[in-house]
Amino acid sequence: MTVHPIIAALRRHKAGVVLIALQIALTLAIVCNAIFIIGQRIERVNQPTGMHEENDLFLITQQWVGAPSADDPAGVEKLDSMQQADLAALRNLPDVVSAAPIRSLPLLHSGSVGGIGLKPLQQKDTIDSNFYYGDEQALPTLGLQLIAGRAFTSADIQHKPMRDQSEPVLAIITQPIADKLFPQGNAVGKVIYLDSSSTPTTIVGVVARLQSAVDTAGSSLTWYSALFPVRQDANFSRTVVRAKPGRLEAAMLAVRPALYTVNPMRVIDEEHGVRSFADIRADAYRADLGMAILMSVVCLILLSITAAGIVGLTSFWVGQRQRQIGVRRTLGARKIDILHYFQLENLLIAGIGAAIGILLALGLNLWLIIHFEMDRMPVIYVLIGVLAVLVLGQAAVFVPARRASNVPPVVATRAV
Amino acid sequence: MFAYYLELAIRSLRRSPGLTALMVLTIAFGVAASMTTYSVFRAVSGDPIPWKSAKLFVPQIDNWGPNGRGSDGEPPNAMDYNDAITLMRDHRAKLQSAMYQISPSIVPADASKHPINVSGHAVYSEFFPMLDVPFLYGSGWSADDDTQRAAVVVISSKLNQKLFGGSNSVGKTVNIEGKDYRVVGVLNDWNPQPRFFDVVNSGGFSTGVEDVFLPFQRAITVGIPNDGNTNCNAVPTESGFVGLQHSACVWIAYMAELDDTAAATAYKQYLDGYAHDLQQSGHFGWAPNNRLRDLPHWLDNQHVVPSDTKVSLLVALGLLLACLVNTAGLLLAKFLRRSSEIGVRRALGAPRLAIYAQFLTEASIIGLAGGVLGLMLTGVGVVSVGWVLPKDIAALARVDFSLLTLTLLVAVIATTLAGLYPTFRASRVQPAWQLKSN
Repeated sequence: MTVHPIIAALRRHKAGVVLIALQIALTLAIVCNAIFIIGQRIERVNQPTGMHEENDLFLITQQWVGAPSADDPAGVEKLDSMQQADLAALRNLPDVVSAAPIRSLPLLHSGSVGGIGLKPLQQKDTIDSNFYYGDEQALPTLGLQLIAGRAFTSADIQHKPMRDQSEPVLAIITQPIADKLFPQGNAVGKVIYLDSSSTPTTIVGVVARLQSAVDTAGSSLTWYSALFPVRQDANFSRTVVRAKPGRLEAAMLAVRPALYTVNPMRVIDEEHGVRSFADIRADAYRADLGMAILMSVVCLILLSITAAGIVGLTSFWVGQRQRQIGVRRTLGARKIDILHYFQLENLLIAGIGAAIGILLALGLNLWLIIHFEMDRMPVIYVLIGVLAVLVLGQAAVFVPARRASNVPPVVATRAV
Repeated sequence: MFAYYLELAIRSLRRSPGLTALMVLTIAFGVAASMTTYSVFRAVSGDPIPWKSAKLFVPQIDNWGPNGRGSDGEPPNAMDYNDAITLMRDHRAKLQSAMYQISPSIVPADASKHPINVSGHAVYSEFFPMLDVPFLYGSGWSADDDTQRAAVVVISSKLNQKLFGGSNSVGKTVNIEGKDYRVVGVLNDWNPQPRFFDVVNSGGFSTGVEDVFLPFQRAITVGIPNDGNTNCNAVPTESGFVGLQHSACVWIAYMAELDDTAAATAYKQYLDGYAHDLQQSGHFGWAPNNRLRDLPHWLDNQHVVPSDTKVSLLVALGLLLACLVNTAGLLLAKFLRRSSEIGVRRALGAPRLAIYAQFLTEASIIGLAGGVLGLMLTGVGVVSVGWVLPKDIAALARVDFSLLTLTLLVAVIATTLAGLYPTFRASRVQPAWQLKSN
């Protein structure tokens, strides 16, 4: 079949053609950007934190009432013994595997970030990193994968007030930091300097992965984390607890009575005092999931409306051209020829729409990059979008085209 | 005449129910999607204190120098203790307050109950009149209480309900961090969103309520530490909360009321003079690089409106546009199918204007029907975003009269616009042609 008669016929419906093509272009532009956003968000939500079996973990945040000041040494000692008593009580609970004092957890959106340099008193730090503080049980409790060196032992652990300015002696870093600072490998045994300090901190181990505690918006900070053997003392404490498999709820329920028995003068927030890690994770990614759902709904509505629009307009054309179709059939065109005619016509219009749509899609993406720090959309998304609108057009045109092919030749002889 | 067109339109729409339903649905979905995202956008981009926002200013002092600036050359978005105290002491604005976020514990009088945690701010007395904070009982404290570091507290109506059963608690005492504080005021419901006086610590929006306000210097003296963000460009040389006060770390929010441009200019000059003096005395090794933004500009600068909200609105508007193009196409088909009818009307003497009136009436009826259906879908949409969006933002989106009116207006106006071109085409129908071909 030649394209020539189709184009000639379309010339008589310029406005309709332009409107359908424009709609397909808009659909393509919006749908491929939306799918790109959905894809990015789902990828982000699914990235592992580096913690093994993280759904068995929960976090306790509590604050002592009338606690001694962390600004004098006697107060610090008192706070530390209070924290040790809590830890002992938690570790003794029947459903608990282990517990460790910790400053923060991945995805908590509250944590501490500092600089790491390679030279003493370095003016500008080489990298920014998350600083996690915990004791010898932190690594096994979190379930981090140690890939070089050793874990902390109880002899390594120092305890300090939270706003202490002295630097820790030892550190465990993540592989991404090791790769960045020591590209030749062998990070274990090397020294680093924290926050432009003059005192060295020695790396004793490397873990595969540990996600950031703060919202890093996808920067390299996401995977730059360091763990220090320090039990921090303050008027509040955080403890990460690993429950026995399947015993998470029981373990979480046992926490309040156990801690109030140790010392009733404390606050454990009703809502956030004892939080499962699953809850922390869900909260951290709620916005991303919400955006993915919203974009999916928009795509669905848009595709349905475009399909319905194509059906509507093609149906109208078929009705309008009953007579011409009859004439063609009388002159020997088969049903399949009529079907193909409308399918090819739709392919042409959708093709023009897709061509404009590609430009619109890239333009929209560029606009989002400039104004909303969005990433550049890979070409594959545009190709998926083009394929989607072409298939959609063919599917939508099929019903009216079938009806057209069923127009009997005798129509040609009837007066309209 | 309008009644006649109405009748014609309804008859025409009933003749092709499928096509009519399709157009109504298209408009309804397009309008509902954009109105739902708009309700979220409106909620987060609203002015929290519209009668006064142009008079409220947030000063920023560049106490870190070139190395501490972001790539955009901006100074820190909060203040260190020294600068905040100096600005309070100099007292150059009509009203002003330094503030920091606190999270003290409250010990209930009933010994059988566990202590509770509350959140709030340590502020100066001028905080309350400056932000027109509404009181249910009592009032804020006095400037004397500020200097005396008095043990007084202003509590929220929610906390008043919890501790005193909602009765007038002014004069009663509350145990905060083990010390007794006298209640001087109880707030009426006050939960501004965004939390404009301290966006740095709240990130703009908050599901919590500000339960307690303590005098700033009192909180410092008894050592109630800051519960918000602390940003440092260098490690403090001393330990503890006192060490933080002596450091250049920023953790204090600041707001000043300046009633006119002259006052704002004078205040900016004062800030630059202050920084200049510090440069002269060698404390700052750089020229003044301060900022003084009014509240709307400050909220904008701090990106209080999440970019997801803007992108969603944009995408939904794109969807609405696609829906309108779709409707225009369908209307075009529908109107031109009636060329012969138009031909007859024109031949009988109807002017073009009459054709316009008739078909635009038909388009606006579709718009109205789409708008009514869109209203319901918008209602469903606003309820649904509560499930998918972050709680602090979703809680703000709601359906009200102005949103409903806007939904209907957008639907009708947009559909009428979409009907313009098809109507134009319909009005160009040549009567002779149509009559002849029949």
